[in-house]
Amino acid sequence: MSAIPFPAPPVDSDAVLALRTEFRAFLDRELKDRTPRQRSDNWYGFDRSFSRAMGQAGYLGMTWSKQYGGHERSAYERYVIVEETLAAGAPVGAHWIADRQSGPSIIKYGTEEQKALFLPRIAAGELAFCIGMSEPDSGSDLAATRTRAIRDGDNYRITGTKLWTSFAHEADWVILFCRTGSGGPADRQAGTSQFLVDLKNTPGLTIRPIIDLAGQHHFNEMHFEDAIVPANMLLGTEGQGWEQVMSELAFERSGPERFLSSIELLYQLIAVLQGQTSDAAQITLGRVTARLAVLRRLSRSVTAMLQDKQDASLQATIVKDVGALFEQGLPDIARELFDCEPDPQSASAYASVLGNIVLNAPSWSLRGGTREILRGIIARGLGTR
Amino acid sequence: MLADMLHRLFERHIDDAAHVRARQGEWLGEIWAEVAEMGLPLALLTEEQGGFGLTLAEVGEAFRLLGAHAVPLPVAETMGANRLLAKAGLALADGPAGLARADDVRTQAGRLVGQVARVAWGEQLDCLALGVGDTLYRVPRSGWTIAETGHALTFQPRPTIAIDWAIDNSAPLPHDPLAEGATLRTFQIAGALESALELTLQHTSTRVQFGKPLSKNQAVQHELAKLAGELACATAAADLAAEALARRDLLGVAAGSLRAREAAGAGAAIATQMHGAIGFTREHRLHLFTTALWTWRDEFGGQVHWARLLGSAALDAGAEGYWPMVTSL
Repeated sequence: MSAIPFPAPPVDSDAVLALRTEFRAFLDRELKDRTPRQRSDNWYGFDRSFSRAMGQAGYLGMTWSKQYGGHERSAYERYVIVEETLAAGAPVGAHWIADRQSGPSIIKYGTEEQKALFLPRIAAGELAFCIGMSEPDSGSDLAATRTRAIRDGDNYRITGTKLWTSFAHEADWVILFCRTGSGGPADRQAGTSQFLVDLKNTPGLTIRPIIDLAGQHHFNEMHFEDAIVPANMLLGTEGQGWEQVMSELAFERSGPERFLSSIELLYQLIAVLQGQTSDAAQITLGRVTARLAVLRRLSRSVTAMLQDKQDASLQATIVKDVGALFEQGLPDIARELFDCEPDPQSASAYASVLGNIVLNAPSWSLRGGTREILRGIIARGLGTR
Repeated sequence: MLADMLHRLFERHIDDAAHVRARQGEWLGEIWAEVAEMGLPLALLTEEQGGFGLTLAEVGEAFRLLGAHAVPLPVAETMGANRLLAKAGLALADGPAGLARADDVRTQAGRLVGQVARVAWGEQLDCLALGVGDTLYRVPRSGWTIAETGHALTFQPRPTIAIDWAIDNSAPLPHDPLAEGATLRTFQIAGALESALELTLQHTSTRVQFGKPLSKNQAVQHELAKLAGELACATAAADLAAEALARRDLLGVAAGSLRAREAAGAGAAIATQMHGAIGFTREHRLHLFTTALWTWRDEFGGQVHWARLLGSAALDAGAEGYWPMVTSL
């Protein structure tokens, strides 16, 4: 059979339903002053006090062992937290990357010393991470990475430039992917490694802002000029960086969150259309809701696979591809139903949310793997490459 | 187990010749006899009702196979009709059955009178499980005549029937026949899309142009990836609809059905395009699945019917209530 199988999603047990209810109440409390426009920032919101509240209440490091500050909950319970967080438009930037991929990478590859140093603080919502993969000449083609680390006694000296690093200016640490071996053209993936780099205390590291087209600052360029990183901050094994970074990307892409970026626009659209009985409004919202419901189901199926320790990367890639089309398609759907000049700074909730979403939507099929890369991965999964 | 038996049965009997006969309106009686022999018409019944007591997953697998072979017989309709009849405590069908809702059919001096549009294989059926308002009737074949011929895009019969029948049975309607039919169709759509993807992969990996198989082109690979995405959505949509039907949640049925209908159109378009001109002919098997997809996506309440139902619920839920509604689907 050529179909890529998605198993049945996990069951909504009483415990899961209770967790959802409890967490919705938490979000209501924590986010009561957040405006629709702020909620529409979604992943691009950064608020340390919110992340600390998440950590204190036990909603970060959900699946990790208690030994490291985790809560030993199921992958599905973590899913519920993540989807409710995004559906509520919470500012996740200060814990998002650490909870989703940096922490799991440290659990998988880190030394005991690293686990003890980082994991409890990530689970407490006190440590923000960012992703050190892309470079000026190495975007989708990650193996073209040029940043290089050279062993020097008890340290490594790192030189090179990383690009598109969201929240490098705010975060505390980055997991840096770079070259450690000779890395000849014959084997571009060999001789790469990952390092845990302290963004606040590394001499030779400078961080320069890159303002996106929406006028916001989350992107950065990180420049390493003979920056010194202690050898005990090597993550995993020297030379195994490629396998490790692929695993980190799998954590990044397996997330359930790949279709909720514009959900605030859908809420605001419903608000402005409320009371309307027009066929167009009903029919369009019906079709949109159907797509959303099915995406959620596929996402929960991915979670079922993660729960069973199966490799869900192909399924997750499909969800991300279909999900990005959904979240990027909402502005045009909204525009067909309701006339409004978008304006991110407007006092009108609808105009400000539409403005913010239109300006940010292009990034959703770029981050975490471009649409073209994802489709190549799916095609390979179908056996065509 | 059931799925294996069905797969073998369909492999053996539902060949191209059978499809040609069905397209000409010929009833495939000998294949129906085999299907009935296997007990398939009772497959949705619980063991107490005389069925197999299958799980949702097993039923889904069976229905997907009906789609994956584009079986040109009203098997799904009969299974759905029998589920309704059994739940309502009415006699089961003695042969192929139809499944319909027609709220404008009237009762007149103890008779049921009115038309039911586009009943699959309406001439050949044993009976029709018909919902009128809150009532279910088991209308025997003697209770209707053919008012008007009609055809699906598969060219199989969809006559409009004129009922004039002295009512001798009725029961409160257990659930909406349109929801039952729409749910069955989601599985058939998922199955047909699976076959369409398989044929498309076969074609694009063997057809050589410019010195290489079509599937070595990125533009082609990306379309295949999109097709796989539509198939994933249709399959999930079918399961979603079936679970919703089991808890009599019409909004969930609407969500699953709508997404499967959308996948039917989008998937058929990609599969046809990837086949080039041969996909637009009757010489290649792809058309069996594309014409079935284009048929099934508009049956048992159309897209507008189900979208209105779900969309008005979304508007009623309001901005605050929308997300909780989505998580309940």
